[in-house]
Amino acid sequence: MSALVEVTDLVKTFGTGEAATRVLRGLNLTLQPGELAALLGPSGSGKSTLLTILGTLMQPTSGGHQMLGVDLTSASDHECTQFRNLHIGFVFQFHNLLPDFTALENVMFPNAIREGRETAEARMRGADLLTRMGLADRITFPTSHLSGGQKQRVAVARALMNKPELVLADEPTGNLDRASALQVMDLIGQINRDEGTTFLISTHDEKIASLCRRQIMVADGQVTG
Amino acid sequence: MLYALKISWRYLTASKAQTALLIFGVAIGVFIFIFMSALIGGLAELILSRTAGDMAHITIQAEAVDPVQLLPGTPLLVQQKSSKAAITLPTAASFVPLIEALPGVTAVSDEINGSGVLTRGSQVTQVSINGLEPGKESAITRLDTYITEGTARLGAGGVLIGQRLASDTNLLLGQSVRLKSSNGIEAVLTVTGIYKIGQGGMDRRTAYVSLSTARTLFAMPQGVTRIEIKLANLYDADTIAPKIRAMTGLDAVSWTVDGAQLLQALSAQAQTGLFLKSFALLTIVIGVASALLLSTYRRRPEIGIMRAMGASQGFVVAVFVMQGALVGLMGGTVGAIIGYLALLPFPGPSHFTSGVLPMDINQGSYGLAILLTFIGAILASIWPARSAARVDPVEAIGQ
Repeated sequence: MSALVEVTDLVKTFGTGEAATRVLRGLNLTLQPGELAALLGPSGSGKSTLLTILGTLMQPTSGGHQMLGVDLTSASDHECTQFRNLHIGFVFQFHNLLPDFTALENVMFPNAIREGRETAEARMRGADLLTRMGLADRITFPTSHLSGGQKQRVAVARALMNKPELVLADEPTGNLDRASALQVMDLIGQINRDEGTTFLISTHDEKIASLCRRQIMVADGQVTG
Repeated sequence: MLYALKISWRYLTASKAQTALLIFGVAIGVFIFIFMSALIGGLAELILSRTAGDMAHITIQAEAVDPVQLLPGTPLLVQQKSSKAAITLPTAASFVPLIEALPGVTAVSDEINGSGVLTRGSQVTQVSINGLEPGKESAITRLDTYITEGTARLGAGGVLIGQRLASDTNLLLGQSVRLKSSNGIEAVLTVTGIYKIGQGGMDRRTAYVSLSTARTLFAMPQGVTRIEIKLANLYDADTIAPKIRAMTGLDAVSWTVDGAQLLQALSAQAQTGLFLKSFALLTIVIGVASALLLSTYRRRPEIGIMRAMGASQGFVVAVFVMQGALVGLMGGTVGAIIGYLALLPFPGPSHFTSGVLPMDINQGSYGLAILLTFIGAILASIWPARSAARVDPVEAIGQ
């Protein structure tokens, strides 16, 4: 099976000269389709930087980054934006929903960007995703009326809207109580099993990491296990 | 684009008070623009109606021909230029129908003008005598609107005089007066109308008689001394006068030749208005730009989320430019409505009375105000929108 994501000798340096900080130091990683992987490591180990590069929000200083066979290191900002919209979903620690929109509108957002409008199909898929997240009665609620756990489930639904091959989740349960965290992880597991979506979840929480089938350890900008 | 418009609208409606304040600010700028347009336009119309409105826009006057200085056969005899000899346009009458048929010409008045004295008992007053064709008394100067007693209609044996002249000579309507032309011919006429134009010279020193009376007074059985022409648009005088010259061979002179100072004054006034209107527009542009810049700064995390979800820089630009366009359109429309309503109580230049601003509600430039505000708001939003599009999503989201 060909790899979904492949990064080789990935280097990322912030700043220049004496102030230069090398966050990733020749990191190598391969993700296969359908994986449910946890990214573990101490603060400053480079987990977030790795997710940012994998999400095409940032280019590495050097090294190779391929996804679905596409070399993303040489892609322009516009190409990365389009690729991101079609193939990658994001879940952030602080949900980062659009506050002036309803739960459904937030979920439909990545599709509306692609289509230029909110289609009936998108509305149906968005409603279906929210129902699967246990938010059928919150579809038309403004996100400001939702609890932290509900907001994070809306964020997961949004990440899945365009049926991406890869979902990158940066501490998705870091801001939730234990029950809500487990609920979110349960949903992620279900989606991974049902739709074969690959998840790479950055976390400090070993309990959360243990719910994933693969654990990737990062330390000093390299994969150590 | 439709989706960008939806987000723009949502952003505007999300902060209702802030948006209302922004639209109100734009509306005030548009109101000033409309107010200035109506004031400057009304003022210009008033000045023109009080000056050029009552004068001929094109005048045809016979050129004075100097007499032959050395008479033939009498080598040392010279002829003096006579002050009594009227300078006539003998063939002018035949051109009147042609001139009347020209596009843009609203009235043509063939006249006999000269000087004379008006005698009432022992009082003698020098006057300018204007002989007008009956039925055309108000063709150039709107005598019918200035009549305070009697009628503007000129009949044989009648004379119209100004209120000041009537007062100076104790003349009343229906009384007789003696009018003697510079040719020395005298006629006894009846005052059939007294007018008040409001200009000292006209009210004190001008007497209107019928063209036939003027022919008698100036011993001019044929021809006229002057043809006065009025146009629908007085600014067309410079283009129509040469046409009349080419058509008739007569010396048709536009009012602008002698009215250069008036034109300069009107131009200066229009420029002042233009400056004030430009400042109003500039205020709108700065207001919209600063409000949107603040909005983009406040929404940086959201812009970051949009970019992370795959929104292009062009999409972000479209969201904020449309926001500016919506503010411009709504502010412009509200301002135009306020401007129109505020101008409604003003009577307009045609009913101008002392102490009231001569506002012309028809010169508010409402459509132009909305269009310029719309364009100005779009231009004002480009900079904040481009700055928003350059937001680094990683930095904005705080990853």
